[in-house]
Amino acid sequence: MQNRAGWLMAGPAFLLIAAFLIIPFFMAIGFSFTNQRLVSPNPTEWVGTANYERLFGIAVLTLEAERDEDGTVRTKDGEPVFPSLRSYTRNKDDHPEYYRKREWFSFGRGEDRRTFVLATDVVFLKAVRNTLFFVAVVAPLQATAALGLAMLINRKVRGINIFRTVYFMPVVISMVVVSMLWRFIYDGQNGLLNTVLDLLTFGWFEPVDWLGRTSTALPSIMAMSIWQGVGFHMIIWLSGLQTIPASLYEAARIEGASRWQTFRYVTWPGLRNTAILVMIIITMQAFTLYPQIAVMTGGGPLDSTQSIVFQMVERGYGKQDISGGSTISVFLFLFVLSISLLQRWLTREK
Amino acid sequence: MAGIQLSNVRKQFGTVEVIRGVDIDIEDGDFVVFVGPSGCGKSTLLRLIAGLEDISSGELRIGGRVVNDLQPKERGVAMVFQSYAIFPHMTVRENIAFGLTIRRESKSVVERKVAEAARMLQMESLLDRRPSQLSGGQRQRVAIGRAVVRDPSVFLFDEPLSNLDAALRMSTRQEIATLHSQLKTTMIYVTHDQVEAMTLADKIVVLRDGEVMQAGAPMDLYHNPANLFVAGFLGAPSMNFIAVTVDDAGADMVRVSGPAISGLDVKRRERSHATGQKATLGIRPQQLRPVSDGTGPLNGRVVLTERLGSETIVDVRLNSNDSIVAALPEDTILHPGDAVSFDFDPAHAHLFDEAP
Repeated sequence: MQNRAGWLMAGPAFLLIAAFLIIPFFMAIGFSFTNQRLVSPNPTEWVGTANYERLFGIAVLTLEAERDEDGTVRTKDGEPVFPSLRSYTRNKDDHPEYYRKREWFSFGRGEDRRTFVLATDVVFLKAVRNTLFFVAVVAPLQATAALGLAMLINRKVRGINIFRTVYFMPVVISMVVVSMLWRFIYDGQNGLLNTVLDLLTFGWFEPVDWLGRTSTALPSIMAMSIWQGVGFHMIIWLSGLQTIPASLYEAARIEGASRWQTFRYVTWPGLRNTAILVMIIITMQAFTLYPQIAVMTGGGPLDSTQSIVFQMVERGYGKQDISGGSTISVFLFLFVLSISLLQRWLTREK
Repeated sequence: MAGIQLSNVRKQFGTVEVIRGVDIDIEDGDFVVFVGPSGCGKSTLLRLIAGLEDISSGELRIGGRVVNDLQPKERGVAMVFQSYAIFPHMTVRENIAFGLTIRRESKSVVERKVAEAARMLQMESLLDRRPSQLSGGQRQRVAIGRAVVRDPSVFLFDEPLSNLDAALRMSTRQEIATLHSQLKTTMIYVTHDQVEAMTLADKIVVLRDGEVMQAGAPMDLYHNPANLFVAGFLGAPSMNFIAVTVDDAGADMVRVSGPAISGLDVKRRERSHATGQKATLGIRPQQLRPVSDGTGPLNGRVVLTERLGSETIVDVRLNSNDSIVAALPEDTILHPGDAVSFDFDPAHAHLFDEAP
């Protein structure tokens, strides 16, 4: 009887979780092996691993520069001229391995040779690279900044709750709203950032279109993301800090430990488990980079802010290619899972 | 090695004064125990000496040097905490060596001093363990070891035995006494346990509400308590207090009587008594002797007996409705409701010029 009441009470939540989390999870895995589309008159077909092959289809092609009859390298505007890539990527009969691939990036090897890395899905690979870059920068910076703030607010000073609130405030504001606001801050014409920099440098600073340049767009989004999420991790660090007994700090003080020594021998070892938690959460959050991109840049300029999740949504709903979006989501799941497992293994109790 | 002088030391937290003008003189090499009930300021006083709290006013000297504004590390003190405060992620060896590591002592010095301390505290076999693998008593020994290796001029103990069980408390207490006799360093020890105070101290300082009630050798305090508080605090069970009125205040002897007692001559003990004033008669439970029915000055009925084997504690309600406690030697069988009569030697009674 009691058991039944329990199931009844858990039922609604269980149904919702099943409908929106568990079932879609397995459906996505299934779809990734088909050519399912959002709306299509044609029946869905099983395509095996074709979706995965398309995502990771990479080939390397090294070309010799074209030469004149006398053997000198032909140049145009001072650069050596190479045979057209299209003659390889559109020639299914002679070069099936390059067929329908596009240039991802290339690098020169000496005066007259150049290696081209070709990929079937260049945009996706750019998204992976951007996301990895984003995680590599945001995770350590955000964790460190959050720890610094946590140590600042972990003291008994009058009005400390005001500071705690101020640092935590961005967390409770939706990322979409934050992104909208920061679009104004980053505006290239008369955005707040340009105006402030102009004032600080007495007009010497040239306005920058922060979100409109390939070199500044992603770093700008990183800075904003760090700012937005730092308060959340600050609270986790703070809870960790408060589990360290005051007497340990007093003992260290009596023994004559400096500030740095106190941090190194008392604070940091006491934060071990918190550090693991914070790093795993930040890494997972950073991998799911999406609303900032959707609101601020839409992946541009020139794919410089493409992210894995943005591509996933773009493909699944924008292009109605459900199977393609599912494939990316399965990849993201496996990727984040393996990184979390790696982190757990690296930080295991020895 | 250093003596410690506190003169008119005060400490305020906000508007609350918790230490109210304390003067204590501690000689080099003394073992001093601060004792008092919870909230009397004994731990605060210790933290002021350690430098963990700032002194609001007054002067603190360690080894003749005014240290009011010095950091703890500059005062040459080592402290042992109630909660041990050993670092959980370090081995015993690293914990003991902590102060030396901080000061970047050479490896050979660290090794020698740690080995020395480990031998003194008999924990050579534990050096590579972590605190989580140690018992409470062993952890406290690690904390003591950490204090010892620094050769401090003063040791401070903040209720170091409170978290230990009874058996460990006794053996660790003896270890601390041995340590003091070996090192002969000034030690200040805070406790609420009078047994620790009586057994360890060269000098006891009894505190109440941030003030010194009495300071002196344990037996001086036991035999000549300066006031009702000290009389009641030291000794177990507590001294019996009986309300009396002074009938005749003589130069040496004072004649008192009250509801429970009539016409008793007691030594004056240099207190101001005036005829007709109220006073308190104090008798230690051990001074009461049972006599045959109705022949002693104190008569009443047994309320409760606690037989401890070595002695028997008897709660008695006197006919005057006062309650007293008697500690009778060996095992005495008394039942609740039995009529009892007690006699005592007036020379061992205390007379206080305060009402109970």
